[in-house]
Amino acid sequence: MTITEDKHIDQKLIPILKKVSDPEIPVLSILDMGVVRSAVIVNNKVEVIITPTYSGCPAMDVIGEDISKALEDAGYESEVKLVLSPAWTTDWITEEGRAALKAYGIAPPLEAEADKEALLGNKKIVNCTNCGSSNTKLVSQFGSTACKALFQCEDCQEPFDYFKCLK
Amino acid sequence: MEKKNLVQYIYGIADNALILGQRLSELCGHGPSLETDIALTNISLDLLGQTRSYYQYVALLEGEGKTEDDIAFLRTERQYKSVLLVEQPNTDFAYVITRQFLFDAFHLALLEKLQHSKDDTLNAIARKAIKEVSYHLRFSGDWVKRLGDGTDISKQKVQEAVNMLWTYTDELFHLTEADSEAVAEGIGVDVSQLKEDYYGKVKELLEEATLEIPESKYFQKGGKQGIHTEHMGYLLADLQYMQRAYPNMKW
Ligand SMILES: [Zn+2]
Repeated sequence: MTITEDKHIDQKLIPILKKVSDPEIPVLSILDMGVVRSAVIVNNKVEVIITPTYSGCPAMDVIGEDISKALEDAGYESEVKLVLSPAWTTDWITEEGRAALKAYGIAPPLEAEADKEALLGNKKIVNCTNCGSSNTKLVSQFGSTACKALFQCEDCQEPFDYFKCLK
Repeated sequence: MEKKNLVQYIYGIADNALILGQRLSELCGHGPSLETDIALTNISLDLLGQTRSYYQYVALLEGEGKTEDDIAFLRTERQYKSVLLVEQPNTDFAYVITRQFLFDAFHLALLEKLQHSKDDTLNAIARKAIKEVSYHLRFSGDWVKRLGDGTDISKQKVQEAVNMLWTYTDELFHLTEADSEAVAEGIGVDVSQLKEDYYGKVKELLEEATLEIPESKYFQKGGKQGIHTEHMGYLLADLQYMQRAYPNMKW
């Protein structure tokens, strides 16, 4: 899915929301992250609905404030609401988002079955973000944040994060 | 279902997440290795995030300006309805992992049922939390196997932890009054129905970890009625200190 296909986001708001990023992964806009479920203008007031990646994601409060701030700068009043359902999935990260993650040094999520094999250390299928080698090993199922696992490349020795599949 | 009973039902689920989340947060910076430290604090964060969702719902139900912070920080010990298992102290790593595994196996089974609750907020929280708790169970289960099937010392320690903590497992499946009412309304989960499958799965993993299944028939209970072990007071003193010392403080 790309952002422009998403009917629930007013086209006028896309350039504004695109500037708001996940504070823990600054290269990834909240739109590419898939946490914005809708954004519509009603009587010059913007109503935004966001959903958390993980229940305990400490970034959500900041994201909410950043959205309000960005909209205010663009001349809109806004109301940001947090909903839990439907639960966020890594499928909502856009293609652009996946590319941004990779360029930033975070391997994008694999499909559910492959993810399980990778996180159990059964198969070497997570590619190194530095040299591209698949000769990598799992260091820890939990990385710097709950959404990531820690890997290390056995060819170039680079340690890197892997964004875990969540479905 | 009457509001105050629904609130009690939610406490029965949410307080477990809060108390275990708090226990695990004590390990931040004290894990046996960087990776396990980060993993345990991430699990803590997931649990505290889930707690917030439940308590925000309780605050909404109770109205009158109640906030999630009031619910988390300003109740007395008897008002917390968490099971005794989750308040047990961080004695050593084997103990921490075993406590986690024994809880995660139950937690996942509970959420798998709660996602079909007739209450839309509870089923949404459950559907969100399931994804997180699946990772918790994989982590704790893997470590039980690694410690059990590890060195003589790791095996001895994890076996001792299993023997000690086993006495707290039965309480997970006790139905409270609030439970029974919530079950009758299609809102709650009949935890007594989860018991057989739980022990089946736990025993299977313990056997794989080359550990012995405790034969003890004596079980501890009380947490669900608010009657806690001696460890709870210290935990709450830590948890509540800031709100008690500086009422209404915010980060
Ligand atoms: Zn490499």
